[in-house]
Amino acid sequence: MSSIAVFTKASPLDALQRWLPKLVLAPSMLIILVGFYGYILWTFLLSFTSSRFMPNYSWVGLQQYARLWDNDRWWVASQNLLLFGGLFIGISLVIGVLLAVLLDQRIRREGFIRTIFLYPMALSMIVTGTAWKWLLNPGLGIDKMLRDWGWEGFRFDWLVDPDRVVYCLVIAAVWQSSGFVMALFLAGLRGVDQSIIRAAQVDGASLPNIYLRIVLPSLGPVFFSALMILSHIAIKSFDLVASMTAGGPGYASDLPAMFMYAHTFTRGQMGLGAASAILMLGAVLAILVPYLYSELRGKRHD
Amino acid sequence: MTKPVSLSRVAIYATLLAACAVYLIPLVIMLLTSFKSPEDIRTGNLLSWPEVFTAIGWLKAWDGVGGYFWNSVKITIPAVLISTVIGALNGYVLAMWRFRGSQLFFGLLLFGCFLPFQVVLLPASFTIGQLGLANTTSGLVLIHVVYGMAFTTLFFRNYYVSIPDALVRAARLDGAGFFTIFGRILLPMSTPIIMVCLIWQFTQIWNDFLFGVVFASGDTQPITVALNNLVNTSTGAKEYNVDMAAAMIAGLPTLVVYVLAGKYFLRGLTAGAVKG
Amino acid sequence: MNAISRLSTAVSLAALMPLTALAGEVEVLHWWTSGGEKRAADTLQKLVEDQGHTWKDFAVAGGGGEAAMTVLKTRAVSGNPPAAAQIKGPDIQEWGELGLLADLNQVAEQNGWNELLPPQVIEAMQFGGDYVAVPVNVHRVNWLWINPEVFAKAGATPPTTLDEFFAAAEKLKAAGFMPLAHGGQPWQDSTVFEDLALAVLGPEDFHKAFVELDESVLTSTKMVEVFTALQKLRGYVDANAAGRDWNSATAMVMNGKAGMQIMGDWAKSEWTAAGKVAGSDYECLPFPGTQGSFAYNIDSLAMFKLSNADNRKAQEDLARTVLEPEFQQFFNQNKGSIPVRMDQDMSSFDACAQKSMVDFKEAAGNGGLQPSLAHGMAASSYVQGAVFDVVTNFFNDPKADPQKAAQQLAAAIQAVQ
Repeated sequence: MSSIAVFTKASPLDALQRWLPKLVLAPSMLIILVGFYGYILWTFLLSFTSSRFMPNYSWVGLQQYARLWDNDRWWVASQNLLLFGGLFIGISLVIGVLLAVLLDQRIRREGFIRTIFLYPMALSMIVTGTAWKWLLNPGLGIDKMLRDWGWEGFRFDWLVDPDRVVYCLVIAAVWQSSGFVMALFLAGLRGVDQSIIRAAQVDGASLPNIYLRIVLPSLGPVFFSALMILSHIAIKSFDLVASMTAGGPGYASDLPAMFMYAHTFTRGQMGLGAASAILMLGAVLAILVPYLYSELRGKRHD
Repeated sequence: MTKPVSLSRVAIYATLLAACAVYLIPLVIMLLTSFKSPEDIRTGNLLSWPEVFTAIGWLKAWDGVGGYFWNSVKITIPAVLISTVIGALNGYVLAMWRFRGSQLFFGLLLFGCFLPFQVVLLPASFTIGQLGLANTTSGLVLIHVVYGMAFTTLFFRNYYVSIPDALVRAARLDGAGFFTIFGRILLPMSTPIIMVCLIWQFTQIWNDFLFGVVFASGDTQPITVALNNLVNTSTGAKEYNVDMAAAMIAGLPTLVVYVLAGKYFLRGLTAGAVKG
Repeated sequence: MNAISRLSTAVSLAALMPLTALAGEVEVLHWWTSGGEKRAADTLQKLVEDQGHTWKDFAVAGGGGEAAMTVLKTRAVSGNPPAAAQIKGPDIQEWGELGLLADLNQVAEQNGWNELLPPQVIEAMQFGGDYVAVPVNVHRVNWLWINPEVFAKAGATPPTTLDEFFAAAEKLKAAGFMPLAHGGQPWQDSTVFEDLALAVLGPEDFHKAFVELDESVLTSTKMVEVFTALQKLRGYVDANAAGRDWNSATAMVMNGKAGMQIMGDWAKSEWTAAGKVAGSDYECLPFPGTQGSFAYNIDSLAMFKLSNADNRKAQEDLARTVLEPEFQQFFNQNKGSIPVRMDQDMSSFDACAQKSMVDFKEAAGNGGLQPSLAHGMAASSYVQGAVFDVVTNFFNDPKADPQKAAQQLAAAIQAVQ
């Protein structure tokens, strides 16, 4: 679609009309350039300095990155993000799709059930973290409850187990977000042409098969949106970690966002914090850009 | 043929009900706990019924965070409205008036969705200070508008992309201008996506903690910061009933919005927000 | 409340100032948000307001001031710092180097701070020879809190050496009690580590290791011994300790589940709030092996440069008020710490505080007075953070090697220098 081709006469008013879209977008563009990319550039510069308490501009080259490379805690945090992000996005998608498909079977009281699935999304990560911290607490929560109910040998102590604490974060995050994924897919399913399903049924295909082979593959854009929002949540899950485990036990459940925050703001290691932020962005960039590129390119040919 | 079908129906209902229970349990526990006495919390377990229902937790919680409730309202409402308007206009341009570079802009904006906000705290506070907006609710509104823009634009752009070009092209040939087309044609059909955007932004901004704690102080703090101050005690016994009640108070507005307007949310998503 | 208002009248009279003259505004960033702390902060607010000034409360709770420090940095970057902020130890020097702190020499001189305060405190409050901060209180970190009833039931005796400590722990364990109530948060792990270090290394080597950051001490066999003791101690902590708040741990000692807790004297505010009496319901002992030493943690308010003269006046009045005997008494009785004024009358304080004051004065004379590392008094926050990482990682890994941990500690400190 080309807007320019439509306008052939060039009166001043038309010229204004032609510039209007750009004018409308200009302030946002400026804000994005300064408020997102300018600030990223600034952080990038800081990562090459010896900044500690406050920004300074004495150049140390790649020293901060080298220190990051040697930092055990940084590696723990990075691995945790991979594990957490992968599991969280994967499980949320599976549960979300499953619930959406089930809800799409002309269920009575659908609106009510939908609301129940969706409401955790309304809560802040801080509230979610606080609630689950308590639920998963070995001395007070589910663990104690099941033992009170007579299940003597029961032991559920993932929250204090350095090897398993990340799964606790996944549980809480999935609880919060899978309902939203369900809503996205339910919306997508409602847009699917029912006659296709019926035609396939006439051909004798089973319902699960129809969904797997025909319906879900047609929901590519929904996957895209869900993936965007879930990755957004995974990267921002700072609040959840802060309120649920504060990175502990030890630093077993640290995430890069926590690492960056702690070093930049509480430990007076601003240069190191900036370097970690840049690596985080780099990783996001590496995963996201090819995907965005193909998505946007595809759209242009529509 | 009827019997196996009804069996699978039972399985579907059973799965859905089990899922409902899982989703509801944390909320139920929070509610129960908020009405218990501290003694009761120590002796009972999570799902035990309160021995006596007491509102003392709620009263204490309201004392602690109630005063900040209105700050959150004052910050959230303008920020939600402004960012929605900007998102609508941006989305309109990006969908209907593409020009060289507009796709690049959109890509840049999308990437912005993934920016961890901790990165921008220092430069943003420098900017806010330069603008003379440090420690004001206006400063906080500005910040929320800027960093909420990426998502609002994404919502509207994706919605408008699904609207046939022919509508707009015809109006343009009739001589309708940029804003006329927006106001007369697109806006009237935007209700679903406006609802999605309002609900999303309301939740995001109301629940924000990071910007609130950094860019507001004292009397201008939003309720999430007050909640943190109440819950994160460094001395004094932990009063879980008060904590839970305060968390409920802080979460109530967004909960009400989801419960009451949830169906508009889904309707909006259905109407096209999810079509990439 | 009556006592407070009487006290505030006394202070404002002492100020010899007309109540309404030169009214300014002080914005105070602090993390005293709960229980006794909040009451203490409210008192300070009232005292300042009674002098005609406006108090703008800026409380940011969480993580021992971590959230507050973030806010302070962003405020400083925006060119709009608060009048006063709760900043401690070497971090005062960092802020001083940035040229952001105000000069309090005049108030200090008028009120004779040089005579009132111990030299170690004066040094911490000054940057380049000028007063830039005012101390509020002195906490002692190396305390052991015990429940005598539990000890009696288990037949254990209050320990005075590390060996006796482990013997007592063993007896408590055998009697079915949790020997040591502990909260597995990095700062608590490091508090225990620090007390062990003070016991094993002694104050002199403690100073070399954590203030001078002397590598030969950091990697010495003594340091390995500290880690070995920490590992042994870990065996007496329950499995659910991770993430537990320190006050929950105190409650476990209080209700007889656990026998002891290693914690600074802010733990006393919990006992006091529960109506327990020092000496009968609970006992405070210097951490075994650290008798005569005093690991201190001083809360202080650093003052930022302000342009408005009225606000500057308010800021100075705040600084003066903090060191008034009445406020010192009220605040410290609520917080569990001891006054920072050496001439304070201690008769209305409890037994633990009185003992703490005696030990403080003694330790100040013989080199036993050492800054706490776990509480940011010994070294800057980046060294502190590096130590936290190593210690907490060691503490949470039952198979960790003490030898290696000492090497890691030295390497981590080296890396952030």
